Amino acid sequence: MIDFTLTLLNSISWVAVAFHTLAAVVCISALLVVLVRNIVHAVLWLAVCFVSLAGVFMTLDAAFIAAVQILVYAGAVCIMVVFAIMLIRRGNMGETNLFNKQVWAGGGVAVLVTVLGGFLSFRIRYAGSAPAVPENTVDHIATLLLSKYVIPFEVAALLLLVALVGAIFLAKEVKADADS
Amino acid sequence: MVEFAMHNAWLVPLLPALSFLIIIFLTKPWKKLSALVCVAGMVLSCVIATLAAYGVFTNHEFTEKPLVYSVRWFSMAGLNIDVGVQLDPTSAMMMFMVTLVASLIFIYATGYMEGDPGYSVFFSYLSLFGASMLLLVVSSNLLQMFVAWELVGLCSYLLIGFYSHKISAREAAKKAFITCRVADFGLLLGLLSLQIVFGTLNLTELAEKISHFEQYTTMGILTLIALLVFAGPIGKSGQFPLHVWLPDAMEGPTPVSALIHAATMVVAGVYLVGRTLFLFHEVPTAMELVAVTGGFTALFAASIAITQREIKRILAYSTVSQIGYMMLALGLGSLTASMFHLWTHAFFKALMFLCAGSVLHALHHKADVWEMGGLIKKMPITGWTFVVGGLAIAGVPPFAGFWSKDEILLAAFDTGHYVLFGMAALTAFMTAFYMWRLIFLALFGDEKPENHPHESPLNMTLPLIALAVLSAVGGLVGTPWAPFWQEWIFFGHPHHADPNYLIMIGSVVLALAGIYLAYNLYCADKTRAKAHALAERYRFFWTVSYNKYYIDEIYLWFNHTFIDGAARLFYLFDIYVVDGVFVNGIAAITRLSGEGLRVTQTGRLQNYALVFFLGVLAVAVVLAFTDPSTAAGLTGGVK
Amino acid sequence: MLTLSVSLHHYLILAAVLFGIGLFGVLTKRNAVAVLICIELMLNAININLLAFNKYITPNDFIGQIFSIFVITVAAAEVGVGLAIVIAIYRNKLSVNLDEFDWLKW
Repeated sequence: MIDFTLTLLNSISWVAVAFHTLAAVVCISALLVVLVRNIVHAVLWLAVCFVSLAGVFMTLDAAFIAAVQILVYAGAVCIMVVFAIMLIRRGNMGETNLFNKQVWAGGGVAVLVTVLGGFLSFRIRYAGSAPAVPENTVDHIATLLLSKYVIPFEVAALLLLVALVGAIFLAKEVKADADS
Repeated sequence: MVEFAMHNAWLVPLLPALSFLIIIFLTKPWKKLSALVCVAGMVLSCVIATLAAYGVFTNHEFTEKPLVYSVRWFSMAGLNIDVGVQLDPTSAMMMFMVTLVASLIFIYATGYMEGDPGYSVFFSYLSLFGASMLLLVVSSNLLQMFVAWELVGLCSYLLIGFYSHKISAREAAKKAFITCRVADFGLLLGLLSLQIVFGTLNLTELAEKISHFEQYTTMGILTLIALLVFAGPIGKSGQFPLHVWLPDAMEGPTPVSALIHAATMVVAGVYLVGRTLFLFHEVPTAMELVAVTGGFTALFAASIAITQREIKRILAYSTVSQIGYMMLALGLGSLTASMFHLWTHAFFKALMFLCAGSVLHALHHKADVWEMGGLIKKMPITGWTFVVGGLAIAGVPPFAGFWSKDEILLAAFDTGHYVLFGMAALTAFMTAFYMWRLIFLALFGDEKPENHPHESPLNMTLPLIALAVLSAVGGLVGTPWAPFWQEWIFFGHPHHADPNYLIMIGSVVLALAGIYLAYNLYCADKTRAKAHALAERYRFFWTVSYNKYYIDEIYLWFNHTFIDGAARLFYLFDIYVVDGVFVNGIAAITRLSGEGLRVTQTGRLQNYALVFFLGVLAVAVVLAFTDPSTAAGLTGGVK
Repeated sequence: MLTLSVSLHHYLILAAVLFGIGLFGVLTKRNAVAVLICIELMLNAININLLAFNKYITPNDFIGQIFSIFVITVAAAEVGVGLAIVIAIYRNKLSVNLDEFDWLKW
């Protein structure tokens, strides 16, 4: 019995188990983001979704991206969204995440896009099993980012700066006498 | 000198053109200087033309092979147009005649236009006209000739409308221009057809090619071309039914009437037909048409001239009639007779117009011959030169008109066109009658006390005397006994007709009979009761003739009924179909569809995103489910 | 036996589903902040694709990973600016309900 259990446990691909579990969590939490009626709850489910996506990235041997995912998305983005919600808060938070009038049309288009994407993904042919992934991916990414991709890297940095300045400018309080 | 003149005949049209430019740009403020420049240009060009003509008429080579100097004007694939100077006896004669008559008339004009505010402008127009006319005469190429043809038309328009403060002058100028435009359109079509069919418009090459036209085209097409070409002369030379502009053109100053509307421009049509006689010669139908048109016009215009009252109008109809004679001669194939009559007619008709101008000058533009009388006593030079002109046009030997008219009658008789011969003979009688009716009414008889005529100044009477001399002796170059003219100017082969004394005597008798009748009715009978009685008796004919067969009224009626009617129809078409259906209809469709489509522009971002993703879906489906080449075709080459 | 396995196709389908959910949210939510959130979902779906292709097709080039880093960067910037715009709109209109905004109209 123990042997059988051990055999069974050995035969299980734990990566596959992790992927399927995480994928289920991702899908369910993403659905909940869309479906719950309270926007704050939606953001919480979004955080769940992002964290589990970080797990999915781990199964793809992308440890660095997973870390960035948790830092940027689950951390920064979610916090920022919550702050924004706080700033624009209204009385009844239970009615803050409703659907508009084109819910059926939008749903139809979304389903069609999903089906098409899924269908097309089966057309991809590749060499069966995954090739070996090098150790220490972070090293490689760092080297590449500061050598071959240094210009996009710097441009991205500039973009962030611009976005920062722009966001401050847009969100800045308008002086009372300035708008009349 | 002669050599130089012959090889530089291009100077002949150039000098008046230079005068024109000088007057317009430099000397316009100084009237006398402008006139001097104008006259000097023409006289110089006359000297060159005389020398060149002397050269041509002393070398028999040129009757066979004209002297042509030409340069390429422009060329493109299948179209080469030359511009040049062609000297042969016909053009040399014409050049000489035009420069001579023009010089005399220019001198006359210096006196006649005295005191006119537009003095310098008038002389600039005259110079321009002289240049254009001479360009037409020396042209070696039909397109060049057409350009000159239009230029003389323009000058005619400018000079008819010279007294532009008068409504009638403006109307007459427009009438002349538009009538000629109708005809010139036909001529242009004819010339284009010639170019298309024969590939050239050079006179010498065309003559060569048309002599065996079967290689290029059929008889039918050649006939059509000939008829189209003949449309131009019908308009320009005032042949029936487009003669209506010529009498009205007398609104212009009298030197203009003499130069343009009697001696030179209006015979350009005759000259053109003469130059292209190789074309008409191949087409008997066209020849018949030319002959019949000429003969009919001659008789028709003469019958109008009989009852007219205005002095210049009588002369205008006489011009139409005499040009009809020339056309008749061309139609009979006799370039000799036609050009001969052109030559003599230029002298005596210019003379008579200038005399009429002198009379009008003296009587302060009182034009009705019935209100004149006895002028010959006060204006002896004008009067007696007028009498010489009258003898010449009536055909009394040995004056110029007799010889040329005789040549035409002979040609009609010899070629067996007896009906046309009869018409020409009748016309000769009528010509003598109406011209002497004018002379007896205006010059003889009792003086009218209210008139205070005076003889014109010397610069007007000298050209009269010169022209009178030319009218008297100008015909002696082509008498049957000394056929100098016939040996030089001919088409095909020189034609020596034996003197036909029967016709000669007959025509003299007709002329004298006409003069006698006029004398009886208008001079011997001081009260003119017989003339009035005659008019009363044939009231119908008199009215019809006096109203010029109502041709103008018919055209006017035609214009009002058909052209204005068509205009009204097109107006309605324009309003309801072009504006209504097309313009406003398209606008309405655009507006309605815009208003319909406006609803789809909700302004909601998510709506747009929805449509956007539908589009993405469509493109993705197309790219995914068709093979790459079709997909590339559908998406416009995107791979 | 349990035949749980994992392949490129699994990841791609997961990405497609996540993208679809995000798109559904973008097209149908009223709240501007919710729309921004859903755009983040879509961007993450793309990241899954990039990383999956990176692993299964070109594991040694790291193009996919570097791309996803850039996507994350741009997404962060986009959220920042987007939220600033939402706040600015809210300040003017006291609302973030997209149904009330039809400014793109003529």
